[in-house]
Amino acid sequence: MSTEVSAIEQLTNQEYKFGFVTEIEEDRVPLGLNEEIIEVISAKKNEPKFMLDWRLKSYRHWLTMKEPTWANVHYPPIDYQAARYYSAPKGKGDRPKSLEEVDPKLLETYDKLGIPLKERELLAGVAVDAVFDSVSVATTYREKLAELGIIFCSMSEAIQNHPDLVKEYLGSVVPYTDNFFATLNSAVFSDGSFAYIPKGVRCPMELSTYFRINAKDTGQFERTLIIADEGAYVSYLEGCTAPMRDTNQLHAAVVELIALDNAQIKYSTVQNWYPGDKDGKGGIYNFVTKRGKCLGVNSKISWTQVETGSAITWKYPGCILLGENSVGEFYSVAVTNNYQQADTGTKMIHIGKNTRSTIVSKGISAGRGQNTYRGLVKILKGASGARNYSQCDSLLMGDKCGAHTFPYLEVKNSTSQVEHEASTSKIGEDQIFYCRQRGISTEDAVSMIVNGFCKEVFRVLPMEFAVEAQKLLCVSLEGSVG
Amino acid sequence: MPEIAEITESYFADFTRRERRAAWLEPLRERAMERFGELGFPTTRLEDWRFTNVAPLTRTPFKMPSPVADGVTERNLDAARIEEVAALLVFVDGVFEPGFSRLRTLPAGVRAASLRDAWDSPGKSLQGHMARHADTDRNAFVALNTAMFQDGALIEIANGVVLEKPVHVLFVRAPNARGTVTHPRVLVVTGRDAQVKVIESHVGSAGTAYFTNAVTELVAGENSSVEHLKLQEEGDEAFHIGMIHSHQERSSRFVSHSVSLGARLARHDIISVMAGEGAECTLNGLYQAGGNQHVDHHTRLDHAMPHCASREYYRGILDGKSSGVFNGAIIVRKDAQKTDAIQSNKNLLLSEEATINTKPELQILADDVRCTHGATVGQLNADALFYLRARGIGFEAARHLLTRAFANDVLSRVTHIPAREQLEAKLLARLSAGWKPEEVL
Repeated sequence: MSTEVSAIEQLTNQEYKFGFVTEIEEDRVPLGLNEEIIEVISAKKNEPKFMLDWRLKSYRHWLTMKEPTWANVHYPPIDYQAARYYSAPKGKGDRPKSLEEVDPKLLETYDKLGIPLKERELLAGVAVDAVFDSVSVATTYREKLAELGIIFCSMSEAIQNHPDLVKEYLGSVVPYTDNFFATLNSAVFSDGSFAYIPKGVRCPMELSTYFRINAKDTGQFERTLIIADEGAYVSYLEGCTAPMRDTNQLHAAVVELIALDNAQIKYSTVQNWYPGDKDGKGGIYNFVTKRGKCLGVNSKISWTQVETGSAITWKYPGCILLGENSVGEFYSVAVTNNYQQADTGTKMIHIGKNTRSTIVSKGISAGRGQNTYRGLVKILKGASGARNYSQCDSLLMGDKCGAHTFPYLEVKNSTSQVEHEASTSKIGEDQIFYCRQRGISTEDAVSMIVNGFCKEVFRVLPMEFAVEAQKLLCVSLEGSVG
Repeated sequence: MPEIAEITESYFADFTRRERRAAWLEPLRERAMERFGELGFPTTRLEDWRFTNVAPLTRTPFKMPSPVADGVTERNLDAARIEEVAALLVFVDGVFEPGFSRLRTLPAGVRAASLRDAWDSPGKSLQGHMARHADTDRNAFVALNTAMFQDGALIEIANGVVLEKPVHVLFVRAPNARGTVTHPRVLVVTGRDAQVKVIESHVGSAGTAYFTNAVTELVAGENSSVEHLKLQEEGDEAFHIGMIHSHQERSSRFVSHSVSLGARLARHDIISVMAGEGAECTLNGLYQAGGNQHVDHHTRLDHAMPHCASREYYRGILDGKSSGVFNGAIIVRKDAQKTDAIQSNKNLLLSEEATINTKPELQILADDVRCTHGATVGQLNADALFYLRARGIGFEAARHLLTRAFANDVLSRVTHIPAREQLEAKLLARLSAGWKPEEVL
């Protein structure tokens, strides 16, 4: 047992391996938030009037709101007037000139994760050489998509080029009045991505942030809108397994998905932002509102997330199941270590007939990490024949961490069926012993057990992500438990 | 309609008018009343009361009942009596009625008395435990009960004494109880290695709006065993708010059965604190509601020490326009290692308009634990219904059989056979309102 104990101690003491660089930014607005700043942001982005009005409306509403306190997370109060709400993409001057200048530890991690060289440069924020610019890669992909009629661009471009679509759908899933952070985002969002898949088109590739040059510096208030028209299919990957270099502490992103008749959207996230040091200092606050609306019949929205980073995660990707026979899915792995706190889960709102939802949530707590699952399954009166299955399991490593489960099941229809199961347990001593006996080191054994525990979620990740996510877990547990 | 402030005022007025019997309790009562004033009645803005709106209760100025309660006769009590009990304590409108009670010779070391009689010779357990466990700081209704209660039952079992038959505590409301409030209080204290079963029932008449605000405290001594059955069968217009708080010493066993059938609005809080190593706690519950009834259970299993085990089985049957709430928290404190907790809540919705809100909760701060919870909401199994109907059993009868089987999972855990049989009969009568199962089956 002593090896295991020391292994757990090592995990608990492990530091974030992926450097965290602060750099000086250029072209930015003064500190603070007021209507003038919002006008400046809107003007800088050359937005049409309806956008500015919407931002101002959101801002005025935000002023009347109070920061929510119900989540099971603790952090010092945020001074919203001390933040900067717009800064143009960083100039190349401040960046490392080549990979040689990048923290070798970071490169080591990329190596372990098996990230291609070009992407490493992007991720490390290297000023990319024009000849091998991945912009060209991105452009090739975009041309291919354009042939099929798929629009995939930054939010700012979409506002310029496709104002009708933006006007129709922006805020239709997450209204500007939704919650404190979503409202703030509506007022000041910097950029994000926009995707529109036309009728009957199956997007031939995974839309991913890797090749999305336009979204490289989307900043802290990202806004994403994805629309799948009738019969369309799209799989979207957000974030990456590699640690992102980031200078903003508060992230309040909003993601809206809309699926029309027979459409399918698969949204996968891997989040590995800076979690703070081992004493809980610093780290990203990740307060995200993600919601999908199954508007049409037989539509399907599937959320998959692997959350390993951020000091505080506050995130509930949900589905509004409006169309008959529509399907919502949520698969999640959340890891908290050191002083990380995660309050995450999902909301499944069943409105249409014969709607179905599945929730699989796996929480892993180590060190002093606090991991909370908070989920809502709501079956409204008209949702005859609705079906939900939820399962949330927690794995505990170390005696100072915590795992909490708060599922809300609200059922107003008697023909529906709702099931919820949860379990919490320690990593199995006998399983570790079994592996050790067969010559597998404690580290490898724990890694195997943890990966097995998360298998149900990894299975539904897109292939390339699944491989990386498994490696990511190994890396985060490396030199420690596994 | 009177303002809430006026209603609160009327409780304060009653507080100053009440009898003062036990001087040692006065400071606690004063503090509790003060706390009630600060807390006020809960609103749906509070997480614990999100789905239970007590506004109708707080808009009626419930008064203390008049000392003479008419209309309760031996015959009325028959339906509520349970066979083969060691003792029966009857309280009519909150006041002990020796005439209806049966306090035959109890074995040495067993004390079952009304609190009113016990004030004069309080003894160690009454002073040491009364109002020391149920939380007056956070729960306004417990605070109100603590400040106001006039009577109730005290059951004390000395070290090593085993009382096989249960003690039955019966709270009856008179037919003319309209507009009145009672605050029944029960305290059960067991010594080391002792065993006791307590049945607590609350019955009332249909068609009268009254309010019962009950608090029960149970203290299980080292290696003792306590089984508590609460049967809530208030009238269909009544409000019932009840708190059961158990405190367990090392290696003790506590089993609670909560059967909630009556009342227009029923709210049960059950808090079980496992304060000694190796304690075991089982919470069983069955709620059945129809019409416009609202029934709410909030349970909290507090694993404060290592090596404790808890089991929780709650089932609900909801018909008509009734609504049910279940909130089951399992809390594992820091260092409460080797905790083993299992919780399950299953709900049957029998009508289009019945609703249920269920929230099983796990809060775990230790690592070497095994905790699981499950919750389901559904209907009778269509295949099982078809199976029965294919064998010539009518739809209603088949539905009935399956519902009974569903309920039996909880009722079969009641160890006192006459009580279990009576519960089954009562449930049967409620489920089959409008048709006669014996004719169909």
